Amino acid sequence: MNTSSLLTLLLILGLLSYYLGRKKSLAVSNGNRGQHRLHSLPDYYGYLVAVWCLLPALVVLLCWNMLNTPLITHAVSNSLPPEVHAVSPVNAGLVMGNVKRLVATRSIATETDPVQKAAAEKYLDLQAFSRIARTLVVLALAIGGFLYGWKRVNPQLRARNQVEQVIRGVMILCASIAILTTLGIILSVLFESLRFFHAVPVHEFLFGTHWSPQTAIRADQVGGSGSFGAIPLFVGTLLISAIALLVAVPLGLMAAIYLSEYATPRLRSIAKPALEILAGIPTVVYGFFAALTVAPLLRDLGGMAGLNVASESALAAGLVMGIMLIPFMSSLSDDVINAVPQSMRDGSYGMGATQSETIRQVIIPAALPGIVGAFLLAASRAIGETMIVVMAAGLSARLTVNPLEAVTTVTVQIVTLLTGDQEFDSPKTLAAFALGLTLFILTLILNIVALHIVRRYREQYE
Amino acid sequence: MNKTTATIRAGLARRYARERRFRRFGLGAIIVSMLFLFILLFTIFSQGVSGFSQTFIKLDVVLDEATLGVGPGATGEQLRNAGFAKAISQSLYTLFPDVSSRSDKRNLRALMSSNAPYRLMGIVMDDPSLLGQTYSGWFLADDDIDTYLKGHVDRSLPETDRRLKDQTLGWIDRLEAEGRIEKRFNTEFFTNNDSREPEQAGILGALMGSFFTMLVTLLLSFPIGVAAAIYLEEFAPKDNWFVDLIEVNINNLAAVPSIVFGLLGLAVFIQLFGVPRSTPLVGGLVLTLMTLPTIIIASRAALKAVPPSIREAALGMGASRVQTVFHHTLPLAMPGILTGTIIGMAQALGETAPLLMIGMIAFILSTPEGITDPATVLPVQVFLWSDSPERAFTEKTSAAIIVLLGFLILMNLLAVLFRKKFERRW
Amino acid sequence: MSFATTSLDTGMTKQPHSSTETAPGNMRRATTAPLDIETVVEELKELPQPVGMPLLDDPKYHTRDVSVFYNETKQAIFNVDLDIGRNEVIAMIGPSGCGKSTYLRCLNRMNDTISGCRVTGELLLDGEDVYARSQDPVLLRARVGMVFQKPNPFPKSIYDNVAYGPRLHGLANNRAELDEIVEDSLTKAGLFKEVKDRLNLPGTGLSGGQQQRLCIARAIAVSPEVILMDEPTSALDPIATGIIEELIDTLRQSFTICIVTHSMQQAARISQRTAYFHMGYLVEVNDTNTVFTNPEHLLTENYITGRFG
Repeated sequence: MNTSSLLTLLLILGLLSYYLGRKKSLAVSNGNRGQHRLHSLPDYYGYLVAVWCLLPALVVLLCWNMLNTPLITHAVSNSLPPEVHAVSPVNAGLVMGNVKRLVATRSIATETDPVQKAAAEKYLDLQAFSRIARTLVVLALAIGGFLYGWKRVNPQLRARNQVEQVIRGVMILCASIAILTTLGIILSVLFESLRFFHAVPVHEFLFGTHWSPQTAIRADQVGGSGSFGAIPLFVGTLLISAIALLVAVPLGLMAAIYLSEYATPRLRSIAKPALEILAGIPTVVYGFFAALTVAPLLRDLGGMAGLNVASESALAAGLVMGIMLIPFMSSLSDDVINAVPQSMRDGSYGMGATQSETIRQVIIPAALPGIVGAFLLAASRAIGETMIVVMAAGLSARLTVNPLEAVTTVTVQIVTLLTGDQEFDSPKTLAAFALGLTLFILTLILNIVALHIVRRYREQYE
Repeated sequence: MNKTTATIRAGLARRYARERRFRRFGLGAIIVSMLFLFILLFTIFSQGVSGFSQTFIKLDVVLDEATLGVGPGATGEQLRNAGFAKAISQSLYTLFPDVSSRSDKRNLRALMSSNAPYRLMGIVMDDPSLLGQTYSGWFLADDDIDTYLKGHVDRSLPETDRRLKDQTLGWIDRLEAEGRIEKRFNTEFFTNNDSREPEQAGILGALMGSFFTMLVTLLLSFPIGVAAAIYLEEFAPKDNWFVDLIEVNINNLAAVPSIVFGLLGLAVFIQLFGVPRSTPLVGGLVLTLMTLPTIIIASRAALKAVPPSIREAALGMGASRVQTVFHHTLPLAMPGILTGTIIGMAQALGETAPLLMIGMIAFILSTPEGITDPATVLPVQVFLWSDSPERAFTEKTSAAIIVLLGFLILMNLLAVLFRKKFERRW
Repeated sequence: MSFATTSLDTGMTKQPHSSTETAPGNMRRATTAPLDIETVVEELKELPQPVGMPLLDDPKYHTRDVSVFYNETKQAIFNVDLDIGRNEVIAMIGPSGCGKSTYLRCLNRMNDTISGCRVTGELLLDGEDVYARSQDPVLLRARVGMVFQKPNPFPKSIYDNVAYGPRLHGLANNRAELDEIVEDSLTKAGLFKEVKDRLNLPGTGLSGGQQQRLCIARAIAVSPEVILMDEPTSALDPIATGIIEELIDTLRQSFTICIVTHSMQQAARISQRTAYFHMGYLVEVNDTNTVFTNPEHLLTENYITGRFG
C-alpha cells in the first residue's frame, strides 16, 4: 500500500476511533451525565482515542519513510561483492548510483553487468518487503492504539488534560522545526564541506586567486583536480553587492524619510503600494530585466561614451539588484524611523528647527542603530541573492573590481556547479557546499549582528 | 525686535533653501523608485503582450483515403498511424503549385510548425466524420515566420545574414495577400507543456507544477506555522533558553539566502531521505522551510494584537488555556494569520533559486499529475526560457512573467482585501 | 480689534466684565446644586467670555475667539479669549482632555505638526499675528520656547543638547561664544554645577529631574521671550519637582511663562494668574489667589474642591 492510501486509511480509522471513543464515554457515564459524572466533555474522550489510534502510527510511518531509502541503500551496498569496495569507496558510490537509476527507470532487464543487476534486484526485493512490512506495522499500531485508548475510557479519565498535553507537545515540536532547519542546514553544508576540504585545503579555497572547477569533472580523472581559489568569487560578490547597496541605501532611506515625514496622504497611498509591488516581484523577473534590458542598454551607452562595457557587466547586475533592494531598505528604515518617539520631533520643532534639520540632526542620529541594522540586513540579502546574478552576471571568475567587466559570484557558482548531471561526490559538487557554507556563515553573522542591533534599538524606545 | 531675532531672521533664507533641497532629494528618491518600477513593468508588458498571440496559417487539408491511408470509419489506432503529415504537406503544395524541387519543398514545409499533423490528428479524432472531406483550418506557423511578422527581422539585410530567405518571404507575402496568414490569440500557450519549438511552448506543465508545489507548501507550512506561533505567543515560558533559541532561529532563518535552503533540500531530503528529485513534493518541502518564518512571524503579530482582556475573560469563565486559544484568541487572530500566509505563499510562488538545486529545472514534456511526478514551476520556466537563444522565446518569457505577476498581484490583492475587511482596532 | 469689550477694560480690573454675563455662574453657586453639572456645562456654550479677569492691558499674548479642530467634526477648544501678561507665570488647569495643552500648543504653532489640525481666531504675540502667512513658524518657535511633559533630551551629549538651538539658528560665531551660551543656559537652569564635568556624556544618562532641567536649558539657550511648559513635572518625583518649581520662579524675571499643570497645588505655588479650562471652554481666569480662594464659577469651585477632575 502506498503512502497516500495508507494515510487515507489512517484518517478513516481516526474518525472511527473518535466516534467510538465519544460513544463509549457517553455509555460509561450512564447516559447523559447520569450517576457517573464525566471528568471531561465527551468530545475529549473521542479526541483522546483518536490520538491513541493515530499518533503512534503516524510517527512510525514518518520515520519509516525517512529511513527507508538510506537503510535499503546501506543494505544493498553492503551486499555488493567485496571487490567492488576494494577499488575505492567512490567506486561503490558510483555502482550504487547506477543501481538506483536502474530501479528508478525500471530497466533492470537491459543491464548487462551481473553484479549491478543482482544488486538492483535485491534493491527491488527489499523495497517490496519494506512496503508490506510498513503497511502491517502501521495498521497494527493504529488498531492496537485504538483498542488501548478505547479501553481506558472511564469517567475518571482526565481526557481533556491529556488531549491538551498532546496538543502542547505537537506545538512545541512545530516550533522546534526552526531549530531543526538550522541544524539541518549546518550539518548538510558542513558535512559535505569537510569532505571537500579533504581534497582541497581550506587555505587554498579561502585565499586562492584562481577558480576553474570546470576541469574537475570526475574525481578519479587524470588531471581532474581543478583549482578552487574562491577569492575571485568573493571579490565579485562584494563588488556587485556594493553597487547594489550604493543604489538601494540612499534611495530606500530617502524614500522612507520622505514618505514618513513629508508625503501627503495621497502620495503615500500611491507610493507605498508601488514599493510593495516592487518588493513582491520575483527575483527571476529582475534577472530577466537585467539580462535583457539593462545590460544591453549599459553596453550601448558605454559604447557611445567610448567605454568597453561587458555584455554581462557587474554594473548591470548590481544596479538591478539595487532596485530590488530599494523597497526592502525603505520598509526597514520606515519601521526604524517611526520608532523614534514623537517627543524627539516635538523637542526639535519646539526649538525652531526646520523639518530637514530635525530629520538630519535628531531623527537620523537617534535612528542610526536601526538604520545600520537595516543596512546589514540589506547587505545580507545582496550577498545571498541568486537569480539576478545567475541571469545577468557572468561565469568567468576574473579577479577585478572594474564594474564594467563581467564577474562571477558565490551564488552563481553554486548554481552552476549543482545544476549539471554530476556525480554527487566529485570535488566540483562538493565545492558548491563549501561555497554554501561560506555564504551561510557570512550571512548568519550579518543577520545576527543586525537583528541584535535592531532589537536593542527597539527596546531603547519601548 | 531684539538682536537674537534679527540673527535668526538673517539665517532663515539659507536654512529654507537647504530644507527645499533636502525635500527635493527625498521626492527624487521616490520618483526614481517609481520610475524603475514603471520601466520594469513597461518593458515586460510591451515585450510580453505579443507572446500571447502567435502566427497561424490557414490550410485547406484534403482528408481523403489516398493521402491518409485510412478511410471513413477508421479506428483510433488506425488514425494514430494515418498520414496526417502528408496531408498537411499536400495542402501546402496545392497552395504553391509552382514549387517543385525537393529542397524548395522542404523549405515550404518548414513554414508550418512541426505539431501541425498532431493538431490535425486531434481534430479528426474528435470528429471522425471529417474523413473524406476537405478541412479548412488555422495551423501554427513556424517561429521564424512569427518572429518576422512581429517585425523582428530586418528585410533589408543581405539574404545570407537572415534566417528567412527571399523565397520564404515571397511565400509569406502571397499568403498575406490571400488572407491565409494572421496573428491570433494563442490558446496553446495555456494548454501546452514546454517545448523546444518556441511557437509550441506553453506553460500548462509549469502551472500545474506550481500548483502542486504550492499545495504541498500550504498544507505543511500553515498548520506548522500557526502551531509554532501559538506555542511561542501563548504557552512558551518567558526567559527560557530553549524558547530564546527558537526565536533567534526563526528570525535568522527569515534572512538566510534562499539558495542555502536549496542546498539543504539537496543534501537532506534528496540524498539522505531519498525523496524523489525534481518533484513538487521535495520542492514543497524546501519552500515550506522557507515560508515558515514568514508565517510564524505574521501569526505571532496577529496573536499579539488580540488584547489580553479577551484571554482573561475566557480564563475567568473556567476555560483551560488550550480552550481559550482555540475558542477565542485564534479565531480573532485568523484574518492576520491568513494575510501573513497569503504573503508567504506569494513569496514561495515567485521563488526560483532553491528549486534549481533540487532539480526542478528539468525539461518536462508531460504535465505533472501529482506531487511525485517530475515537474517544474512557473518562475523556473521563466528562467529556462530566458536562457534560450531563440528570439521567439523572449516574448514567451515575458508572457510567462505576466502570468506569474498576475497570480502574485491576485494573491496580494486578496491579502489586502482580507486585511481591510477584517481589520480590527482594539 | 473685533472685541468691543477689550476697550472697556482698563487696567487689571478685578471686576467681572458685567454682572449679567457672569450671572449664570453666580446663580449656580448660590444654589450649590451639584446634581446639575450637565446643565452648567451646557451653559458654558452661552458664556460669551470667561468669568474673572481674562483681558489685560499691553499683553504679551493677545488671543481672541480661538478654536481648534482636529478634523471636520472634532473640535478641541471653543472660542477662547485670553491675554497673557509680560513676565508673568500663568497656569492653565483643568481636568484631562479639557483643551489646556491644545491651547498651549497654539501659542507656538506646535499644532502645525499634527495633520488635520486647524486653528481659527486671533492670536497675537506682541501685536504680530502668530498664524499670519508672513509669520515664520521657525522664527516664532525660536522666540517661544517649549518644555514638554516627558523630558525629551536628544540622544546627544549634554553640551550638544544645549548647543542644538544656537547652532541651528547661528547664534554663536565661534566655539568660545557657544561655550558661553551653553554655560550660561545651564547655569540659568540650575544644572551647570551638577554636570560641568560631564558635558560630553549623553543627556539621556541624567536623572529625570536633571533631564527636564537640561530641556529647560536647551529652551533658554536661544533666549526666547516666552517659555511654554506642558506639565513639566508630571513625570518627576517630588524633590525634582520642587527644584523645577523654584527654577520657574527665578526664570520669571526674564521670561513670560505659560505652564499647563495637573496639580492645583503647583499652580497655586508658582503662578500669578490661573486659567481654568473645562471640556474645551475657558471657564474662569483670575489672580491665582482669587481662583483658589474665591472662585466665581461653579465648575471652577467643583474642580478646586476636588469634586471632579
